[in-house]
Amino acid sequence: MKLSRISAIAAVAMTMPLAVVGEAAAQNEQFIPSLVYRTGAYAPNGIPFANGVNDYMAMLNDRDGGVNGVKIVLEECETGYATDRGVECYERLKGKGPTGAAAVSPLSTGITFALTEKAPADKIPLLTMGYGRSESADGSVFSWNFPLLGTYWSAADILIQHVAKKGSLKGKKIVLVYHDSPYGKEPIPVLQDHAKKHGYTFEPIPVTHPGVEQKAVWLKIRQGRPDYVFLWGWGVMNSTSIKEAAAVNYPRDKMYGVWWSGAEPDVLPAGDGAKGYNALALHPAGTVYEVHKDVFKHLYDKGKGMAKRDEVGHVLYNRGLINAMLTIEAIKTAQAKFGKKPMTGDQVRWGFENLNLTAAHIKALGFDGLVSPLKVSCADHEGARKARIQQWDGKQWVYTTEWIEADTKYLRPKMEAAAKAYAAEKKIEARNCAKQS
Amino acid sequence: MGPFIEVVLGGLLAGVLYSLVALGFVLIFKASGVFNFAQGAMVLFAALSLVRLMSGELSAVHYWGAAAVLGVAVGYVLLLFWRRARPAAAPGRGASWGLIGVFGLIGAALAALHGTAGWSGWVAIPATAAIMGLLAVAIERLVLRPLVNQEPIILFMATIGITFFIDGFGQTIWGSEIYTLDLGIPKDPMFLLESVFEGGILVNKLDIFAAAIAGVLVAVLAVFFQKTRIGRALRAVADDHQAAQSVGIPLNQIWIIVWTVAGFVALVAGIVWGSALGVQFSIALVALKALPVLILGGFTSVPGAIIGGLIIGMGEKLAEVYLGPVLGGGIENWFAYMLALIVLLFRPQGLFGERIIERI
Repeated sequence: MKLSRISAIAAVAMTMPLAVVGEAAAQNEQFIPSLVYRTGAYAPNGIPFANGVNDYMAMLNDRDGGVNGVKIVLEECETGYATDRGVECYERLKGKGPTGAAAVSPLSTGITFALTEKAPADKIPLLTMGYGRSESADGSVFSWNFPLLGTYWSAADILIQHVAKKGSLKGKKIVLVYHDSPYGKEPIPVLQDHAKKHGYTFEPIPVTHPGVEQKAVWLKIRQGRPDYVFLWGWGVMNSTSIKEAAAVNYPRDKMYGVWWSGAEPDVLPAGDGAKGYNALALHPAGTVYEVHKDVFKHLYDKGKGMAKRDEVGHVLYNRGLINAMLTIEAIKTAQAKFGKKPMTGDQVRWGFENLNLTAAHIKALGFDGLVSPLKVSCADHEGARKARIQQWDGKQWVYTTEWIEADTKYLRPKMEAAAKAYAAEKKIEARNCAKQS
Repeated sequence: MGPFIEVVLGGLLAGVLYSLVALGFVLIFKASGVFNFAQGAMVLFAALSLVRLMSGELSAVHYWGAAAVLGVAVGYVLLLFWRRARPAAAPGRGASWGLIGVFGLIGAALAALHGTAGWSGWVAIPATAAIMGLLAVAIERLVLRPLVNQEPIILFMATIGITFFIDGFGQTIWGSEIYTLDLGIPKDPMFLLESVFEGGILVNKLDIFAAAIAGVLVAVLAVFFQKTRIGRALRAVADDHQAAQSVGIPLNQIWIIVWTVAGFVALVAGIVWGSALGVQFSIALVALKALPVLILGGFTSVPGAIIGGLIIGMGEKLAEVYLGPVLGGGIENWFAYMLALIVLLFRPQGLFGERIIERI
């Protein structure tokens, strides 16, 4: 009995240093939650994005030992693209790690809407790259939202600019086939505004979740014969739309998807029927970029990558890489001010707001050609608002235009008005960005 | 007039697809009194199994396992024939299991020789049917047998549990991306009566194919239920478990048979839906479209599932095209249920369901 007690004390004494080391190591970790959907109706699009995020963080840990010596700890939580489950994931993960969640990427406009009110209270920034509330680009009201690289209002404006260049829109008809959710409804105000300005007829047609029932929608389109169809879908809705368009012989080259309707899972299931389909592109697909060399070297050559090797470089995989890079760069920006240690959400928010990715910086990161330069500020949480048009040639996406920039002169006042209305409704005092450092 | 006919025709053909899923529900309800909420998940599981076995993207273990299941099924069927043809010469229980095991091993060995290349549809379809049979055995052994003589609501709840399990398990072993299923079923649009109506009447060849498949299935199932010994036994079990057992009907075997047949119907529905939409998780959700079909057609009627499907398909498409613009669009999902509920007001048993009169 005595002996066993001594053994127990000895065992505890021997493991104490290990526990202390473990505790110290845990203290030097940056916790980042990753809201994903690897199962369910939207998994085909959620998986490559999640893989890109995961691979970039893992590559940094392997190559650099994390971010400025702080190990990155990423934890996935399955949302199934459902708002309630997304909020549940957020609540479960927001306090994890020594400093809590550094930032959250909801990967769903519905979840973003739900978290927009929670994030300020929890002091956690929301990175909604290419999605979320469009008016959240106004950082004076939406201090915690960062819809970097482009909002849906920017996307709608860019699409109209593009089709207007092909010929006057007066007397023409544009149909928006949209996912009947906060995401799908976002571009409607901008397309309605432009309808008045350009003189086209605008008809929005909702498609209910998950979007596999579209026969009636496309019969309507066949009857109405619009000049253009804009597609604001996600997941299986996109490929179903393209298939149904082919089934009713609607010309695919008159179809334009938003950047969430322009990835491989959207066109491959439609086979030859997808040839000629257009979509906005925030960035290219492909693996010819420097960052991919590191991803292959540090992960896939060691059998560690999350995706299948031949799926590295797909559109949504690359978007995941970019999303992860932006999070890390915000953390690095914050570390430059607050010290090379794990950052709190509040500090990372500062990092996002002072993010300045120049062309040289992007090149140094290995993202040259993948991301355009962007500069975030207190007033502008979008940072950049450019996209190109890409077309599916049956095998790959091919760019058909140069970068098109959204019209800030039109969008900015609209955004500020919407943000002001939101601030009044929620009784938020807008920040004076002129005084922010 | 042309567009109206087109919508009606498109709706009727879409309705046939709903009927294909509804048939699986009817089959199990008719034969066992269980409302099988897992039918949609079974459609997804069957379609996933088939498309992934054909893909050539799986590990060797997947192919060995599927081939072993197919081998076991072949062995089991051969034994059944043997017992029928020469009962005296048939092997005993132990030897039978041994023989079935050998068939399983042969299957796995052949798969090992074949490597990890994708299987042709001629092998993948029977293998998937065998997998659905194995699933039926597992459900009977692990879920239904312990719940014999329980309230129908308990069995219903159990099938909800089965749904979640199959959904998750299927995606775990086969993957959860969108997979293209190409069995050579024509999918091109056809334009009829182009000389009569401007632009013609659009019909999709896949829909015509699905209608033909549904017709064949209904004929086979009608003969099965009305003319075969097993079919009559299935109906007896549905009426009263205990009474059926008391007259010597083997309840466990009957349940395995009916779940296997429902699995086969799920495979057929999965092939048609998978060819149309690609094989992905949303196929399981399409099964929810079968619910208003069942409410309308009645839970116990095979013809009811077909007629109900046609009415729902046509009704919702007409509503979406002609009422949708007035009501803001996106109404076809809830309109199907509303249509079914209106029918319930007048015929609580559905259009073709059995009217239940109980002596008080």
